[in-house]
Amino acid sequence: MHAIEFKNVSFRYEEEQPYVLRNVSFQVEAGEWLAIIGHNGSGKSTIAKLMNGLLFPTEGEIIINGIPLNEENIWEIRRQVGMVFQNPDNQFVGTTVRDDVAFGLENRGVPRAEMMDRITSSLEQVRMQDYLLHEPYRLSGGQKQRVAIAGVLAISPSVIILDEATAMLDPLGRKEILDTVHRVQEAQQLGLITITHDLNEVMQAHRVLVMNDGEIWTTTVPRELVKRQTELQQIGLDVPFVTQLAHALERQGITLDEQPIDHEELLDALWTLHSNK
Amino acid sequence: MDITFEQVDYTYQANSPFEHKALNNLSFHLPGGSFTAIVGHTGSGKSTLLQHLNGLVRPTSGSVHIGEHTLEPKKKPKQAKELRKQVGIVFQYPEHQLFEETVEKDIAFGPRNFGVAENEIAKRVKESAEAVGLDLSLLSRSPFELSGGQMRRVAIAGVLAVQPRVLVLDEPTAGLDPRGQREIMDMFYRLHKEQQLTTILVTHSMEDALTYADHMLVLDKGEKYMEGPPVEVFQKRQALQQVQLDVPEIFQFLQKTSERFGKPVVFEGENVDRLAEQLAGLAGGNK
Ligand SMILES: Nc1ncnc2c1ncn2[C@@H]1O[C@H](COP(=O)(O)OP(=O)(O)O)[C@@H](O)[C@H]1O
Ligand SMILES: Nc1ncnc2c1ncn2[C@@H]1O[C@H](COP(=O)(O)OP(=O)(O)O)[C@@H](O)[C@H]1O
Ligand SMILES: [Mg+2]
Ligand SMILES: [Mg+2]
Repeated sequence: MHAIEFKNVSFRYEEEQPYVLRNVSFQVEAGEWLAIIGHNGSGKSTIAKLMNGLLFPTEGEIIINGIPLNEENIWEIRRQVGMVFQNPDNQFVGTTVRDDVAFGLENRGVPRAEMMDRITSSLEQVRMQDYLLHEPYRLSGGQKQRVAIAGVLAISPSVIILDEATAMLDPLGRKEILDTVHRVQEAQQLGLITITHDLNEVMQAHRVLVMNDGEIWTTTVPRELVKRQTELQQIGLDVPFVTQLAHALERQGITLDEQPIDHEELLDALWTLHSNK
Repeated sequence: MDITFEQVDYTYQANSPFEHKALNNLSFHLPGGSFTAIVGHTGSGKSTLLQHLNGLVRPTSGSVHIGEHTLEPKKKPKQAKELRKQVGIVFQYPEHQLFEETVEKDIAFGPRNFGVAENEIAKRVKESAEAVGLDLSLLSRSPFELSGGQMRRVAIAGVLAVQPRVLVLDEPTAGLDPRGQREIMDMFYRLHKEQQLTTILVTHSMEDALTYADHMLVLDKGEKYMEGPPVEVFQKRQALQQVQLDVPEIFQFLQKTSERFGKPVVFEGENVDRLAEQLAGLAGGNK
């Protein structure tokens, strides 16, 4: 059983309009981190919205933990699929941080007695426990995103989707949020899907799915993906600094045994060359 | 236009329980035609600073000079409208502010608001659409039918159509795909050069600060923490890390290379190809 399975999903927003997703099939397992990348308008957010029943496929099928998603069971599905979007301001409903996290729980029928425990522990996980009675709209961008993530953790989903959820943050805030989510994901063996333009973030994922113009361009591991620098640039994307450097080294006649995915791997490879000289 | 801040303080909601001093004794001078990157972690005062530049807010104490214009506490600036015309601000996610039925009307909104003659407006709409790389066939479309990247361009064209002398950019590439990011920044840089604009860029990208800016201003808790050419500022990694910032990735990599090979490898403005040559030398040349 897969945490998420898309089977030949096609989608268009209106009849008569062109399809914005065509024949999309992929799986995400429990405990797996899948990054989705692709040019603006390639269909990434549409995929995210299909995963928790904000939209329904025009054709094809979506199966969450063995349950085919349909209009009858969306609330059951939303208990399992937690989603955070780019702009936290549009996501707040409560007048305090506590109420905001509580809202998602009430909506999903969590008993009152259990709510407070869940609220406290999820806020602790994102280090926002001291802000219980603060007004969400007065928090900084990074703090708002953490509260939004606590709201998702509180419902104990089996899958978390971050749709460019860190795009507005500074690099450190971005790293903190990602580390938090990654920690929880590993501890609880959740499926994690991050939709992002941050290439260094992509390199940390287990697998990466590349969207291009409504279709899956490839699904692979980051190390394999970055070998295709020129093609990626042709579809509006790019490769990280280390990859660019590794390719520039190749042009200098230095071939590395394996495509490095971070600074350390590249330096290790260079050091080995140096030592074997 | 030269921009000077003299001992500027700005306090939000003074004399209330939410009182917050967002700018503290801030002084700096940006010569006309310069390209300045303003960096600082969230809450350091960047957006508050920007809002002073076209008179959206006035300092609580101190003064701001933008060309001939002066902003001081409690004094309504003379020619406030003229100032807004000369200083164009591209706010974060500017496409959220599009509202007209067609792209053309949206771009024309600014100049029309400033009383520019209709035949001149038509000319400017066309010129600014071309400047941002929008196909003229899109002018008659609704902005809401466009892609995110195209909508961003429409919003920017609207700012350019007013023909500002100062261009202020608050995270202009946030949310764009890698190609969109590069295209938009290259476009701003070209306009900056061609029209000798004074350009101020707020960014989280140290790479962009290094690539495009000739001057950098680092803010922390509403104060000026560092100032200087990017290459000099980026020599001080520890100081930047103390305020939750860092140097561009190429600097980080050079530092690790120096440590690994026990030899100083310093930044010399290189691109990846030049860096690869240097590394090839270090690693012992070609196999
Ligand atoms: N509500 C909508 N109505 C009609 N078309 C839409 C709507 N939302 C998105 N689209 C279109 O669907 C395509 C895919 O959009 P989206 O999934 O948001 O892409 P991404 O998240 O990769 O930028 C784009 O062409 C976009 O213009
Ligand atoms: N309307 C406001 N009322 C009270 N405090 C505010 C308001 N707007 C911003 N602040 C505070 O002023 C400080 C600087 O904010 P801002 O200029 O937006 O920083 P930046 O753009 O660097 O993230 C922050 O601590 C922020 O919380
Ligand atoms: Mg999207
Ligand atoms: Mg800001």
